[in-house]
Amino acid sequence: MLDQSLPREVATPVYRFDAATPRRRDAAVGDLLTGFRRWRLPAALAWLDLRNRYRGSVLGPFWMTLSTAAMVFGLGFLYSNLLKVPLPEYLPFVAVSLILWNVINQIANDACTSLTSAEGIIRQMPLPYSVHVLRCVFRNVLIAAHNLPLILLVFLVCGIWPRAAWLAALPGLALLMVNGFFVALFLGMLCARFRDIGPIVGSAMQLLFFLSPVLWKPELLGPRAEWLLLNPAYTLMEVVRGPLLDGGAGFGVWLSALVFTGLAAVVAIVFFVRFRGRIAFWV
Amino acid sequence: MPHIAVEGVTIEFPLYHIGARSLKKRLLAKSRLRQDEGNRVVVAALRELDFRIEAGERVALIGHNGAGKTTLLRTLAGVYQPVAGRLEVVGEIGSLIDPAAGMDQESTGRENIVLRGLFRGLSEAQSTAMADAIGAFSDLGEFLDVPVRTYSAGMQVRLAFAMATVMEPQVLLMDEWFLAGDAAFMQKAREKLGELVNDADILVLATHDMAIVREWCTRAIRLEAGRIVADGPAEEVTRGM
Repeated sequence: MLDQSLPREVATPVYRFDAATPRRRDAAVGDLLTGFRRWRLPAALAWLDLRNRYRGSVLGPFWMTLSTAAMVFGLGFLYSNLLKVPLPEYLPFVAVSLILWNVINQIANDACTSLTSAEGIIRQMPLPYSVHVLRCVFRNVLIAAHNLPLILLVFLVCGIWPRAAWLAALPGLALLMVNGFFVALFLGMLCARFRDIGPIVGSAMQLLFFLSPVLWKPELLGPRAEWLLLNPAYTLMEVVRGPLLDGGAGFGVWLSALVFTGLAAVVAIVFFVRFRGRIAFWV
Repeated sequence: MPHIAVEGVTIEFPLYHIGARSLKKRLLAKSRLRQDEGNRVVVAALRELDFRIEAGERVALIGHNGAGKTTLLRTLAGVYQPVAGRLEVVGEIGSLIDPAAGMDQESTGRENIVLRGLFRGLSEAQSTAMADAIGAFSDLGEFLDVPVRTYSAGMQVRLAFAMATVMEPQVLLMDEWFLAGDAAFMQKAREKLGELVNDADILVLATHDMAIVREWCTRAIRLEAGRIVADGPAEEVTRGM
C-alpha cells in the first residue's frame, strides 16, 4: 500500500568511508549543500524551539517584545538625561541600537551551543551538521522578527515617518545573518571541543557592549571614532543602523563588515573541513 | 543488492576532560585505554573489525555492556567516523538507536511524523500521507493527536518503531529498546521485520536477549571489549549462553 504512495529512491544510496582517504573537503561541501537544500527541517525545528520555550504562556514569544520595549524606554529615559540629549532625538537611536545589539548578542551566545544542544540528534542519525547551525540562525531570525518591529513603533511615536532609504538596511540585515551562520558554525564546533569557550564568549560580549557605541553615539569619540571600524560588532550593527538613522552607512563601515564576514567564513569553513568528522565525538 | 562491508574498522573515543596525570596513568594501566600520538587518552571502542553482511541476513550483535554494540550500530549509521579502516553500507539506512532522539515531546504524534519526514528529507505532503499508515500500525488511535509527552513508554516505542519501518529501509539498524512493547505489539513488530528482511534487506540488531537472537536472527556477532570474538549462525554462537 505504502509502496505506491511513496516514491522510493531510484538509485541505491551508498555510504562509504575510508580512513586512509577521508575526502574531507567533499564531505564538508556536501554537508553544507545538503543542509541548505533541506532548509525546511531547520526552519521547522527553530519554530518548535520557540514554541516550546513559551509553551502555555499567554503572551508567548511576545514576552520578548514586551521586555525589549521596557528596556528601550527605560534606558532611553535614563540615558537621555545622563547624556543631556533631548528624548525625541535619543529614543530612536537607542531603540535601533539596543534591538540590533540584542540580535548580535543573542546570536553570539546561541552560537556556542549550536551543536552541543543537538547532541541527541547528532548521535542518532547522520544529518548534515549545517542543519543544526541553520536551526540556530533561524531561531535567532524568529526572535529578531519579534523585536525589530518595535523600531518602527518607536519611530512613529517620535514622529519619524518611513523613508525609502530604510530599504538599505535589508542588505545589512542579510549580511548580519550570513555572519551569524559562520560564527555559529565556528563557535559551535569550538565550544563543543573546549567547554570553556562558551562562558568566555558570554563575558566578552558583555564587555563589548560597553566598548561599542550602543548607548552612546560614535561621534562622542571624536577623531578616535575611526578605531571603531576594528570592532566587528559595531560595524555589523551600523550597516543596519546607518540606513535607518542617518540615511546610510559609510564606506568604511561596509568594508569592515564585509571583511569580518569574509574572515568568519574562511575560518569557519577551514575548521569545518578539517574537523567535521570529529564533531560526533565532541558533543 | 544491499550489503555491509567492514574492513579493519577502529573507533576511538577521546577522553577530553581527564586532567590529572596520576588518574591518566591509572587508567592507562587498563588495556582498552591508550595514549594516541597527540598525547590524548583514548578508549578503543571498536578494534579492527572485519565482517561482511549480505542481503537477507538478520544479524544480532551480542556482548556485555560496553562491548561496543551500540557504537558499532552508530558507526554503520554514519554517525561516528572510523579512525582506521574502510566501511561501506549499500542501501537505504534506517536507524532505530534511540527512540526519543528527534522526537519533539511537546508536539503531537502526527506532528512528530511530519517532523520525522523532514528529518528524512521528505516533503510535508509525503509525510502527512504517511501519518495514517503509521497511526494504524502503532495502534495509537486518538492519541495520535495528543502531545507525545503524555504517552506511555510503550506507546512512544510503538510510534518510533512505526515511523522507522514505514519507509521500508533496506538496512535497518536497531538497538534493543524496542523490545519494550507489549506482547501484541511484539507480534506485529516481528511480522513487520520479517517482511522487511524477506525483501532481501538487512537487519542488524543489538541485544542482550538470547531468546530474541535465536528467534529473530540468522547470524550472531559476539563482541567483547571492542573485538569480534565469535561470528556465525545464531544457534551456534549463542549455545550455552
